[in-house]
Amino acid sequence: MRVMVIVKANENSEAGVMPDPELFVAMGKYNEELVKAGILLAADGLHPSSRGARVHFSGTARTVTDGPFAETKELVAGFWLWEVRSMEEAIEWVRRCPNPHVGDSDIEIRPVFSPEDFAAIVPEQVAAQVAEQDARLRDQIASKA
Amino acid sequence: MARDLHRTIDAVWRIESARIIGALARRVRDVGLAEELAQDALVAALEHWPKDGIPDNPGAWLMATAKNRALDRLRQATLHHQKQQELGADADARGDHVVPDFSDSLDDADDIGDDLLRLVFTACHPVLSREAKVALTLKLLVGMSTPEIARAFLQPETTIAQRIVRAKRTLGDARVPFEVPRGDALRDRLSAVLEVVYLIFNEGYSATAGDDLMRPALCDEALRLGRILAQLSPDTAEVHGLVALMEIQASRLRARQAADGKPILLMAQDRGRWDRLLIGRGLAALARAEQLAGDIGPYQLQAAIAACHARAGTPGETDWHRIVDLYGELMLSTPSPVVELNRAVAVSMASGPAAALLLVDGLVTDGHLARYHLLHAARGDFLARLDRLEEARIEFERAAAMTANEREKALLLDRAREVRAR
Repeated sequence: MRVMVIVKANENSEAGVMPDPELFVAMGKYNEELVKAGILLAADGLHPSSRGARVHFSGTARTVTDGPFAETKELVAGFWLWEVRSMEEAIEWVRRCPNPHVGDSDIEIRPVFSPEDFAAIVPEQVAAQVAEQDARLRDQIASKA
Repeated sequence: MARDLHRTIDAVWRIESARIIGALARRVRDVGLAEELAQDALVAALEHWPKDGIPDNPGAWLMATAKNRALDRLRQATLHHQKQQELGADADARGDHVVPDFSDSLDDADDIGDDLLRLVFTACHPVLSREAKVALTLKLLVGMSTPEIARAFLQPETTIAQRIVRAKRTLGDARVPFEVPRGDALRDRLSAVLEVVYLIFNEGYSATAGDDLMRPALCDEALRLGRILAQLSPDTAEVHGLVALMEIQASRLRARQAADGKPILLMAQDRGRWDRLLIGRGLAALARAEQLAGDIGPYQLQAAIAACHARAGTPGETDWHRIVDLYGELMLSTPSPVVELNRAVAVSMASGPAAALLLVDGLVTDGHLARYHLLHAARGDFLARLDRLEEARIEFERAAAMTANEREKALLLDRAREVRAR
């Protein structure tokens, strides 16, 4: 299963306080462990929300707000994408992570939707769509050959 | 919410077992014994953790416990040896020296990678049959249990259990050293390892809707093994080639079956459903393989072919001429009628069905693939595109009669009906 592992922001990360070199090294080592274990697919850290923007949707209206945003603990400071066997495995790996911020931190693990999760809601539409695409692509191939 | 403790222990086990077995095997020089000792530690964890809670560093706990079991056994063996001496055997102190340095070197982090490499080369040793290599690799490197392996391979548990016991005995009887092969042997031994990983991947890839979920999970396990190997052996192009091939093939996993389980052929797949993350990783792995000097191996070539498809936004954008060339190179390094058949399909796309028909007619005359349904399916396709509809129908029906796979059969009979209706 694929999971997104989300490092939540805290006051320091939102203030743009860079981690000290020690934490930087520890985090590098941890990432190396993830790569060696074959589970790390992607990872990135995010700038503070002061450099971000938000688009609010209300019906057909769109309102843009520039950061920073208030609810610090709900903001995202970084993420990994992992391929793991279970939530339990993801939790075990997160437990081994160094504290990502100066001060208290939270890391949240969320399973990524897989196609099977959608199968129950849209099987017929998908099947129809695939069949249609199938026919269209065959024509396309035939005309090129 | 309290999470299921056994699932947590299982997760810890899967993370730690290979390195524990590897570290133990280096000391006791017996992979079978090392695996038993590690299992003992798992049993101890299942006994203690529900009462005492999960330790802060569960991996270290398992390692320490396994190490203590190993020391117990060595002491017993030494005592046994001493007793034999007391009973009148000559004074050979052999065995005593094994104990003292044991605990010092077991936790050395730098050795973990080497231990894993030794372990994978031992599990894929040439004295073992292909089936034994696969079972042992899943057991020792992946940490799967015997029932899980049995479910994944649709085999009775006793069959797999016996296979593993026999494999461990074979390794012991042959006195297979716990080491990474050197020099000329390394290349052949490594290709045996890659073969095992790719076999596991393909077993998972062939799973269909309704199968036990343990089967498709084999793709993930093979990919993970491949990624681990790429870290352990970063200068070997073929490892990156295999990883690239598996990443790109896995990127199509969710696009290759319709909701009713019918296979969707590559050219007809919804490319929007391809996993772009895996494609990106696959192309990066291929680039790493291409940067390394040396001969281009079959996995890298197959990955390069897969990459041609992955890079094409629509089927019409596929670089078929490049694919024809790559299959030509593959024919030089690993010639086989199946590769030639694939080359013919690529030729049909690059230069048209008439040129391709000549190639498959050569294969038909040659006779090696006489019972291979895809040869007839391809021939039917070329004939249909040349408007030789009656001959095409016969080929599709012949191909349908040759496959035991019900879904493929249905697909081929559909095509037979389709040409008849034209």
